[in-house]
Amino acid sequence: MTVAQANPIRAAGGPRGEGGGAATRMLVEVSDLSKTFDVSAPWLNRVIERQPRRFVHAVDGVSFAIERGRTLALVGESGCGKSTVARLLVGLYGPTRGQVRFDGADVVHTLQHGDARALRRRMQMIFQDPYASLNPRWRVRDIVGEPLREHAIVTDTQALRERAAQLLQSVGLAAADVDKFPHQFSGGQRQRISIARALATQPEFLVCDEPTSALDVSVQAQVLNIMKDLQRQQGLTYLFISHNLAVVRHVSDQVGVMYLGRLVELADKQHLFASPRHPYTRMLLDAIPDIHMTGRSRTPVQGEVPNPLNPPPGCAFHPRCPHANARCKAERPVLLASQGVAVACHAVAEGRV
Amino acid sequence: MNGSAPLLEVRGLRVEFPTRRGTLLALDDVSFDIAAGEVLGVVGESGAGKSLTGAAIIGLLEPPGRIAAGEIRLEGQRIDHLPYEQMRAIRGRKIGAIFQDPLTSLNPLYSVGQQLVETIQTHLPLGAAQARQRAIQLLAQTGIPAPEHRIDQYPHQFSGGMRQRVVIALALAAEPKLIVADEPTTALDVSIQAQIISLLKRVCREHGAAVMLVTHDMGVIAETCDRVAVMYAGRIAEIGPVHDVINQPAHPYTQGLMGSIPAMDSDRERLLQIDGAMPRLNAIPAGCAFNPRCPQAFERCRRERPELAVARATRAACWLNVEASVS
Repeated sequence: MTVAQANPIRAAGGPRGEGGGAATRMLVEVSDLSKTFDVSAPWLNRVIERQPRRFVHAVDGVSFAIERGRTLALVGESGCGKSTVARLLVGLYGPTRGQVRFDGADVVHTLQHGDARALRRRMQMIFQDPYASLNPRWRVRDIVGEPLREHAIVTDTQALRERAAQLLQSVGLAAADVDKFPHQFSGGQRQRISIARALATQPEFLVCDEPTSALDVSVQAQVLNIMKDLQRQQGLTYLFISHNLAVVRHVSDQVGVMYLGRLVELADKQHLFASPRHPYTRMLLDAIPDIHMTGRSRTPVQGEVPNPLNPPPGCAFHPRCPHANARCKAERPVLLASQGVAVACHAVAEGRV
Repeated sequence: MNGSAPLLEVRGLRVEFPTRRGTLLALDDVSFDIAAGEVLGVVGESGAGKSLTGAAIIGLLEPPGRIAAGEIRLEGQRIDHLPYEQMRAIRGRKIGAIFQDPLTSLNPLYSVGQQLVETIQTHLPLGAAQARQRAIQLLAQTGIPAPEHRIDQYPHQFSGGMRQRVVIALALAAEPKLIVADEPTTALDVSIQAQIISLLKRVCREHGAAVMLVTHDMGVIAETCDRVAVMYAGRIAEIGPVHDVINQPAHPYTQGLMGSIPAMDSDRERLLQIDGAMPRLNAIPAGCAFNPRCPQAFERCRRERPELAVARATRAACWLNVEASVS
């Protein structure tokens, strides 16, 4: 039944079972991950204007686990911290608190003291903007071949060229494209070059930060199809970051919904889309314009995402939540797992919703 | 005015960009109508010419772009090729505009109220106090809390969604007959997007304004529009009632476009995909512009360009429908 699917959630919401049997099935485990950015004014201004130091809690106590060969999607609106989680996972930022474990080993420790090169080879990232993430002065063979050279997987120039051509073919481009420059490709083709580059080291884990947000829908469909095909063929594990719930529903196995730096709901795709629990998830689902709902009239949720510098006390969603009461304003809810779904909401826990 | 005549008529609109390497044809023979109070969606991928169509109508084509042929009529009067000052009087008074990025369409150096009052007084014979009263009213209508207080604030003191509300208030300031909204929700988060869409629908209905809504988001079109025009490579591929275009599209491009959108109610493992990409303006293929990507293309598609013709419930520019109706 849902016992197998409940495992990642148990690892996410409950106390961490060290050395448990489940750990081997989980490729990536994140526990209590937090990142605080110092956004204080310069020292002199602080002294003269008597301003306090100011911090943004971009990510605050996020825990989840991703099973091998599966896809976890993180969704949320701008400023919710989803991209920061992506960067923390691949070690582009160091966490302020908490831990990321990749195949059982601590990522921060490995990158600093262990075999960083071997770890980097196993996890790669795809960025949002294919215009900014490819060097315009490099030929495609150099772009795609860079990880191979860097990790000394292939050193011979001719072999490098052949491998780059193979990689391009695996994402639906032509082998002859290796000699072209990025500007000779369209947005969708550039994003495929990014994917080919990410696949060069034969990684197990890909972190995709809004990989299709900059693309047109017909091109988005091409890229999403390729990503799913590659996952099937090579058993890849994805962390997929997106603000588009329809795309998330298409690619993911599990979905985490973030609001102001915290996970508010974590569930499998079927549960989340069929019966969303958290009021914010419900609001997001209700807000998506759907092509088969012509002329639908609805009551959009009022209010906007609060300033992360000055988040509301208690549950961060309470000013916009129709079910908020005194407890929601005072006490911050924790992520509680029940029936395969983890929700951080007092109203859900008390059975008010 | 005759009630049956359309508010806006666009006939055979052709927009060109002369460049050193030859003339690029950005819009080619685009024709459509908008009736009073109607919401027409214009959808297409980047580079299809949807924003350019909007810019041509409000007379804000960026040089060297120019209208090379065709005509645009508002309430029967031709408004293409009007002198700058005359067009300026129409823009704002009869046609309002809403753009994608609310931060760049507001002047950061003037308070929201100053900008609203200026627009109102440019187009309507109102005194300063009356104009201010009207500005407060407009802000209240667009759902800005405490408008008497907010009117004296500057754009940077508003959030993205609130700024877009101010821009909508500005567009409605002189009670225009038509509003051209170019990607009004693209820069906003989904929860704010829903608020802005329903606001736009409500205020335009209340003010009796017709809307030309340019967007690449089919979901927004589906929820907002009465009719929709699908553009491809500077031409209209299909036009018709929104329900029919979505549920029984006749043009293979529209069919592909609908299939490639991940829908909330389908569990397809793979999305339908249209191979290839839209042609560049300097390399639009002969015949039907879509023929190299079309799975059903045949000889005639490569030779002759199809015109918009009645196809099932919509009008589509596709030889398949013409051949089907002949046989």
